[in-house]
Amino acid sequence: MSDTRRYTNAKGRPVVAVTGMGLLTSLGRNKDETWTAMIAGRSGIRRITRFPTGGLRTTIAGTVDFMGVEPYSAYDLSLAMALAVAREAKQQARLPSAASIPGRLFIATPPAELEWPHLRALDAGCPQAERAAYTHLLAAARTGRHRALARHATFLAIPDALQEELGTLGSPVTICTACASGATAIQLGAEAIRRGDMEAALCVGTDATVHPEGLIRFSLLSALSTRNEFPEKASRPFSRGRDGFVVAEGAAALILESLAHAEARGAPVLGVVRGAGEKADDYHRTRSRPDGHAIISAMRGALDDAGFSPEQIDYVNAHGTSTPENDKMECLGLRAVFGDRLPRLPVSSNKSMIGHTLIAAGAVEAVITILTLRAGVLPPTINYEEPDPDLALDVVPNVARPASVKTALSNSFGFGGQNVCLVLSRDP
Amino acid sequence: MTKSSVNTVAGHPEVWVTGIGLVSSLGEGFEAHDAALRSHAAENVVMDSRFSPYLVHPLAQLDLNKQIPKKSDQRQMEGWQRIGVYAAGLALDDAGLPRGSPLRAHTDVVVAAGSGERDTAVDARILEAAAADGDIAVLGKEVLPAALRPTLFLAQLSNLLAGNISIVHNLTASSRTYMGEEMAGISSIENAWRRIGAGQTQIVLVGGALNAEREDLLLGYELGCNLWAHPFAPVWRRRDAGGGFAPGSAGAFLVLEASGHARARGARPYARIASVASARSSRASGEVGRALEELIRTTCAERPSTPLPVLSGASGVEPVTEAELSVLRARAAVVRAYGSVLGHTVEAHLPLGVALGAMALRRGAFYPPFDDSGVELSMDGALDDVLITSLGHWRGEGAVRLSRISTGEA
Repeated sequence: MSDTRRYTNAKGRPVVAVTGMGLLTSLGRNKDETWTAMIAGRSGIRRITRFPTGGLRTTIAGTVDFMGVEPYSAYDLSLAMALAVAREAKQQARLPSAASIPGRLFIATPPAELEWPHLRALDAGCPQAERAAYTHLLAAARTGRHRALARHATFLAIPDALQEELGTLGSPVTICTACASGATAIQLGAEAIRRGDMEAALCVGTDATVHPEGLIRFSLLSALSTRNEFPEKASRPFSRGRDGFVVAEGAAALILESLAHAEARGAPVLGVVRGAGEKADDYHRTRSRPDGHAIISAMRGALDDAGFSPEQIDYVNAHGTSTPENDKMECLGLRAVFGDRLPRLPVSSNKSMIGHTLIAAGAVEAVITILTLRAGVLPPTINYEEPDPDLALDVVPNVARPASVKTALSNSFGFGGQNVCLVLSRDP
Repeated sequence: MTKSSVNTVAGHPEVWVTGIGLVSSLGEGFEAHDAALRSHAAENVVMDSRFSPYLVHPLAQLDLNKQIPKKSDQRQMEGWQRIGVYAAGLALDDAGLPRGSPLRAHTDVVVAAGSGERDTAVDARILEAAAADGDIAVLGKEVLPAALRPTLFLAQLSNLLAGNISIVHNLTASSRTYMGEEMAGISSIENAWRRIGAGQTQIVLVGGALNAEREDLLLGYELGCNLWAHPFAPVWRRRDAGGGFAPGSAGAFLVLEASGHARARGARPYARIASVASARSSRASGEVGRALEELIRTTCAERPSTPLPVLSGASGVEPVTEAELSVLRARAAVVRAYGSVLGHTVEAHLPLGVALGAMALRRGAFYPPFDDSGVELSMDGALDDVLITSLGHWRGEGAVRLSRISTGEA
């Protein structure tokens, strides 16, 4: 095609295309499986069987139990999922598996930390009298016999393994913006292509941290749903009875390319990253400023970066965690940005079905948003039985809905005042 | 780009260092560090053997109230966060952005971080009970919920140094935390430099912090047998005993700024970031040396062929430290391993090196040798530029070249 004006946006920067996507959630091993289950309104939330849950306040999660990673560790499962989604994305982008991806890896991974089985392995065999805090654990480490455990405590280990197999170039970039991390990974990739630093990027989010301490931590912050009796009914974003989020596992990968690069090599253009907005909140470590200023600024920032007006947004893929606080604040922010139009603007939360994939959520939901735009079907917010009268939203209640949607906003918010929003379009 | 290639762009507009905030075992601020590093640095090394056989460089005493006025904020953080928030405040003040300055709301935050801190006493109690009774799951659930505090969880979140900087110093533009051990520091500096260079932002606070005085941190690194477990020796003198790093507590933050923005508000620059490059070599034999050669070629392409002053971020871990030294020797570089004096600060190590380099350029003279290994040759005369290297103890390579800003330019 000779019209090269399509290759730059209104601000004269390269248009960023999505040419490959991979997705793995508790609902399925790939995009197709997850999407099919979502538009059928199925839930991936179930009772935890990975470890005994007696005594825990929350005993349900959206675990990924089909990867054959035994014994479980957050590192091993997060890596296995990241590799699976990256391979899926690379294949869809028509990049041969042996070929490099002509750009960098931008990745969001869960915390690198030792889990209890690892600490116990180090502790095993130490005589009672010689136990002193971590001294004997350090002595065990010093023998060099536990080198295989080092990967769990090394942040670069997952990116390095991914780069080795996928063949990304340069140095991998690892990001943490808490529950907005997956969106930030996409933002960083898109920015790098727009700056002209590189022609392509592999953006990945992965998180498999359903383990006892992970649950206890979020329970301490009273963030989790305790509706353990009916797991598939627990996550109910924007409903009156919502009582917290459900921790879940998942991963997603996107291959981004400049539109010019994608078309030149005949790659499929699945969607476009139009813009990204971010805003730090200085109000509180886990809560938003009550006036929603940072959330609103992040949404407006994304629109501004994309050069779009609020009227051009056809659908919102909400952060929608199902906590009382998030959903209230997100609705307040949406009202400020979309005004009177909000009740007629579909806003749905994937987390009602797949739970909150934490570090991966922004990437997981960006992939689902592009699937939504391509399919012309809005995934529902399930478990919407009792609307919260204060949140007047069209949440696409309970049943998927056909709708022609060209451009969507995907929201991601995280502890530590992190707010990141993406504007994604179907057509270049 | 080749497989282990570097990434770089010409920086337009120029990126200046206009503020530095530094705390370490040597004290706090420009004067304390400059004085200790210029007068027999080797004799000023502060070591602590309370984690014997490991050596750590302990943080100097700080009056936290000076930068973190609210006790409630201090209580909501653990050590690495307090160190970082404190150093960040020093950098902002140094750049002429005091508390209340409206520019703070437009300053982007970029942080290099690792994992948070654990309560090792709680962990030890659980392990002890588990060893006696066997069921870790039940014990964990009984002991952990009682012992963990919500604030401790928040101290374990990697992005909560950045979050606390936003809260304590009222920085509300954007907030990005990079991970990946030394690569975190490299990504942070590179991202800030690229964003300013591309006109995406005008001013960024960037840096990191390490609390070395933690057994959980030591354990994470010792699993890979990375620590120095012998009496003190400078970085270049550890090879015969197998190498290793001695962690140092430090906070290092920089205010980076577009030159036009700095000029317009009359900020006084320390130095210009001329070039930043990064790489990931496989570390197969000879690979890291080749990666460093390429980083130097990229960052130093435009410089004259005078001896290259290098602030090396070498950790002391082998064989990467030896590989770095042989590349630098082949170039007849004048090398200073700042880890010999301050310890290895992992995520904060490249920001720390950039801070020291920028300070030397403001002084107009390189530092005297940091050790008596004979590796570090003396260098007299004017200082026009400094290369800071950062080769990760396991993975990740980066380099930054700083250059002097002549009085006319500023």
